[in-house]
Amino acid sequence: MAKKEYSFYPGCSSQQGASSSNMQKSVETMCEELDVKINQIPDWNCCAASIGYGGGGELPRLTLSARNIALSEQHNTGQDIVATCAACWLATREAAERFHEDDGLMAETNQALAEAGLKLRNETPIRHMVEVLIEDIGYETIGGKVQRPLEGLKIAGYVGCQTNRPFGIAGESFENPMYLDKLVETLGADPVQNYDKKVQCCGGALAFSEPEKSQDMIKTIIESAYDSSADLIVTPCPVCQMNVEIYQDQINQRHNTKFKMPVVYYSQLMDVAFGRSAKDSALDQQVIKAGKLEEIANK
Amino acid sequence: MADEKKFAGYICTGCGIGERLDAGQLETIATRDGKMQSCKQHEMLCSQEGVKMIRDDIANEGVTHIMIAACSRRAKVEAFNFTDVAMSRANLREGVIWVRPDSDENRETTQEMADDYIRMAAAEVKFMIQPSGSREQELNKQILVVGGGITGMTAALESAAAGYPVHIVEKNAALGGHAAGYYKSIPTRSPYADPQDTGVKQMIADIEANDGITVHLNSMVAKTEGAPGRFNVEIATESGSSQSVSFGAIIQATGFKLYDPSALPQYAYDKSADIVTNEELEGLVMQAGGGPVKRPSDGKEVKSVAFVQNVGQNSTEENQLPYHSGIGDMIAIKQAMYFKELNGDCDTTILFDNLRTPGAAGEDFYRAGQQKMITFSKGAVTEVVPGSTLEVKFKDLILNDDATMQCDLVVLDVGMMPNTGPDPYAQLAVEEAEDEAEKEKARALLENAPPSILNLDYRQGTDLPHLKYGFTDSHFICFPYETRRTGIYAAGPTRRPMDMRQAADDAAGAAMKAIQAAENAGKGRAAHPRSGDLSFPSFRKEGCTQCKRCTVECPFGAINEDEKSYPMFNEARCRRCGTCMGACPVRVISFENYSVDTVGQQIKNVEVPEEWDEKPRILVLACENDAYPALDQAAMNGVEITQWARVIPIRCLGSISLSWVTDSLNNGYDGIVLMGCQKGDDYQCHFVKGSEMGLERMSKVGDTLQTLNLEPERVASYEVAITDIQRAPKLINDMAETVEKIGMSPFKF
Amino acid sequence: MTELNTAMVEQYRNSFLQEVEANVEEGEWVKMCMQCGVCAGSCPLGNAWEHPPQEIFMMIRAGKREAVLSSDSMWMCTSCYNCIARCPRGLPITHIMHGLAHYAQRLGLVPKNQPTQKFAQKFWQNLNKKGRVNELKLGLSLYFMNGFGEGVKTSLKMKDIGLGMLKTKRMAVNEAFGGHGVKDLSGFQKIMKKAHELEDARIQKSGN
Repeated sequence: MAKKEYSFYPGCSSQQGASSSNMQKSVETMCEELDVKINQIPDWNCCAASIGYGGGGELPRLTLSARNIALSEQHNTGQDIVATCAACWLATREAAERFHEDDGLMAETNQALAEAGLKLRNETPIRHMVEVLIEDIGYETIGGKVQRPLEGLKIAGYVGCQTNRPFGIAGESFENPMYLDKLVETLGADPVQNYDKKVQCCGGALAFSEPEKSQDMIKTIIESAYDSSADLIVTPCPVCQMNVEIYQDQINQRHNTKFKMPVVYYSQLMDVAFGRSAKDSALDQQVIKAGKLEEIANK
Repeated sequence: MADEKKFAGYICTGCGIGERLDAGQLETIATRDGKMQSCKQHEMLCSQEGVKMIRDDIANEGVTHIMIAACSRRAKVEAFNFTDVAMSRANLREGVIWVRPDSDENRETTQEMADDYIRMAAAEVKFMIQPSGSREQELNKQILVVGGGITGMTAALESAAAGYPVHIVEKNAALGGHAAGYYKSIPTRSPYADPQDTGVKQMIADIEANDGITVHLNSMVAKTEGAPGRFNVEIATESGSSQSVSFGAIIQATGFKLYDPSALPQYAYDKSADIVTNEELEGLVMQAGGGPVKRPSDGKEVKSVAFVQNVGQNSTEENQLPYHSGIGDMIAIKQAMYFKELNGDCDTTILFDNLRTPGAAGEDFYRAGQQKMITFSKGAVTEVVPGSTLEVKFKDLILNDDATMQCDLVVLDVGMMPNTGPDPYAQLAVEEAEDEAEKEKARALLENAPPSILNLDYRQGTDLPHLKYGFTDSHFICFPYETRRTGIYAAGPTRRPMDMRQAADDAAGAAMKAIQAAENAGKGRAAHPRSGDLSFPSFRKEGCTQCKRCTVECPFGAINEDEKSYPMFNEARCRRCGTCMGACPVRVISFENYSVDTVGQQIKNVEVPEEWDEKPRILVLACENDAYPALDQAAMNGVEITQWARVIPIRCLGSISLSWVTDSLNNGYDGIVLMGCQKGDDYQCHFVKGSEMGLERMSKVGDTLQTLNLEPERVASYEVAITDIQRAPKLINDMAETVEKIGMSPFKF
Repeated sequence: MTELNTAMVEQYRNSFLQEVEANVEEGEWVKMCMQCGVCAGSCPLGNAWEHPPQEIFMMIRAGKREAVLSSDSMWMCTSCYNCIARCPRGLPITHIMHGLAHYAQRLGLVPKNQPTQKFAQKFWQNLNKKGRVNELKLGLSLYFMNGFGEGVKTSLKMKDIGLGMLKTKRMAVNEAFGGHGVKDLSGFQKIMKKAHELEDARIQKSGN
């Protein structure tokens, strides 16, 4: 298989010592295994995520993404931009679409970029890593790489919001996307059928500003996984992963529950199934240990 | 040939009939009991070869009456289309083998069923005469269109384009109707974004240039007599002159008038010149001549306008319309767009309750209105306060707030009311009122009735019967243009509220029906729903008691009376339902191919076993329009029907003669099931009132049962829909259970 | 920005809808709402909205400027995009809510101590400082956004969470000193300054 190359946009939380550095680690391992080369966009900046609107306003906010795309077009010419973070992907793709629709905005952002000698051509597809897996690599190839099927694991595929809406993965429905379940199956595990809270919002950024409202929603996501006898939850989104994983103690205190549900990334599942170690799969970075997955990794 | 009758039976053994039944025995029954002079079997009677066999017999053997024992009379009608002989069909497939289980213990009763159907079909055909067709009229291609609005003009242009000359009678001095006074109309073409030209001028020009269309302006229909194919119409002008013209068919396109909002004080309609109806607004816009619309009170250019929707419509209050016209919101959007076009920065607000913009075109138009910055507010208007600036008080139904808006002009969305003549049954109600009080009430209704439009010289009144709210009676879905006067079709808002595009569609449909009616009349054939039927009713004058039941009950006003109150049939007005036949207490009315005997003999020729055989017989008289097809469908779906049932299709429940019921009870039948179509305002009866008349007649059957000392449960009447595929068989099977419960009839011989 | 607010009130005296169309991100869609309420029913925090989106749209059309712009409701948006996915009219509701929230902030009409507004503002400042978000500093500034005492309480409450993140190397103490950022910081800041200028100019122009 020819090596595939992409212009990679990791995003702030994927940096070393940041909240989804575990995702970054496991994605790197996954890409090694799949013979995918990811070239970071040099000097990329924050995308403003979904909460940047308050301070940002339309043009400054979109210009953040314009700078990233322009840098990619300049340095990683001809390569699709690929993001692993839902917010990064969404913000960048949204910006690209808005610039396509609105010539005035496009002109203004280029006026701003010119201050640092940059120019947005806006000709680059903005893709999510999951799209690369499904469309460019395929379940079959992924299945072929499996050395340690994740047998006996029951996994709730939690897709969340921003990987799913408003763009979503091509061919999937907004209300019941199936790709995580298919992936789980491909890796030899048992997907939870009809996971009730598959596309439930976890509160996103409001987990910080409206913790109680958000934790009420997170509670339902975890509860539903327990109801389906899931061993763990898998998600593609760093905000989902963090929100659902790290507040379980607080929820337990408030609601007198005993949640201890591991939440991992799809990339971590793949690494383990592909035969990599717990460390390569960044399982050591779980706040709630994914015991059963680690067991398989340590086999 | 007609003098010498020759009866031949044909038994098909295809489709499993031969495997399930003893065809040899059927043949014997046909010749021995059924008295067929010959009887042949064929393994696939509907094949070319089978049909040829029958044809050859007709041509070479002088066969005049044929009995075909095969599938349902509703199947293979093209193959078994022998127009030169009388024909009956024994239904062995849908009627017998498909509704009975194929098992040894059922073999005997299944065969008995088939034997009976052979006896019935043989008896039926013996009393049939090959219909000869009505000869009362010839082909008259001329069509009369009453009303020269959008509907009438479209009907005229469509008929003329099809080669049928038209006369338009218009009471006003010009063609065009309401639409001639409109600035623009609701768009009929994609992208449905802007009001479009009404097209009225072009239509008038097209009519004037069309040699096939004669226009009578300032004219009325003074008198209409005759029947399809031979309507004689007196067209009178305002000046007093008149002329008589004959027509093959008539289209009534008399349109609508608008509800008068003065009855509703909260809208202050008569308190300010700046509060106008939606139709009056069209006039204001026309007056503006392409410039900004000005308000009537002081000529000030309108800067803000409020459209108050649903005024006096869809209401349970007295003096308001109980229905909704359905197009007022589209009109409001169109008119709001006028202001966006002509009055620059004018604020336009549509205060709606339920915004009705049906269809994809309606939705697009609504969106276009939103794009043009028309404000749509869901609000219930409580009051319009007159003044130099009008104040509209309303309850904002989304925000649940009392709100007020100021504006220069208020437009009231008032509903459409039909322009119809007096309901003929209002006249009859006076004549038939039983006491003085009732008569008084009926008379008041009649006195407030509008003037006649058609001035029909019919026994049953001067105009088209109404259904509800003054609209003409027609079946909304199944046969929209048909009225209860054959050969006269209603189209446009006289039939139901509608917009110009719908009216034009309606007109084209009615024109096609009118052409069909003229053609059918010319060929002496029935119109819908028995289209093509060549039989017509006749009566034995010497037996007639002049009781008038037939002339009263005919749903289509087909029968006039002569000076001695004998019925005078107008053959082309008849729909061949047989309601007159069922109504006749002395059984003197019959059709060549359908009579008291053709059914009565079927009933008599069923073999009724002795009481101790414990084989009851259940007679089912099923309407051929809905109940019989439902039973056929049930058979196709393998739904079982009791082996005791003997089903006879009838034209309409209205054609049921009480004698059939008494005869069958006297002959030892154990139960009778009557199946007609739904009656009432939402009727499904193909003859509109037939099923209602029939059911009414059968409600009195209790007396008969009492005289015979029989249980009332033995006779049951039902309204059955064509979709009752499970229910129809169940009703029959229920009767079998009832009989089992109450026991066999004591009248077996 | 009360001056701007006054200018806008002057300019759009009669039509708040027109003001929204001119100044709010995707505001030109507001008029297309058909009031079905699917957005309200689809919002995960629906109960927390005093005025659900379709009501906000109706209020805009009814000219309820003050009530809309000083509303807490838009700040309840979690950016889950459910409303966008389901709106039968295809309105970009999430963006309109963001746009309204931002416009309210620009005009200084946001209710006091709206936590999401504060967080959003801090997030924006944080990312603009170095071009990338510093999660540690953002977290700390958030705990202390309602004053020092509150901040200590909050950070105590959040202590275990912080510890968990630190232990799993998903939070780094050294981020408090310097931390990640773009290399071409001056270029980045020039770009952002220009973008702000252009946007301010556009809105200022609409107010005149």
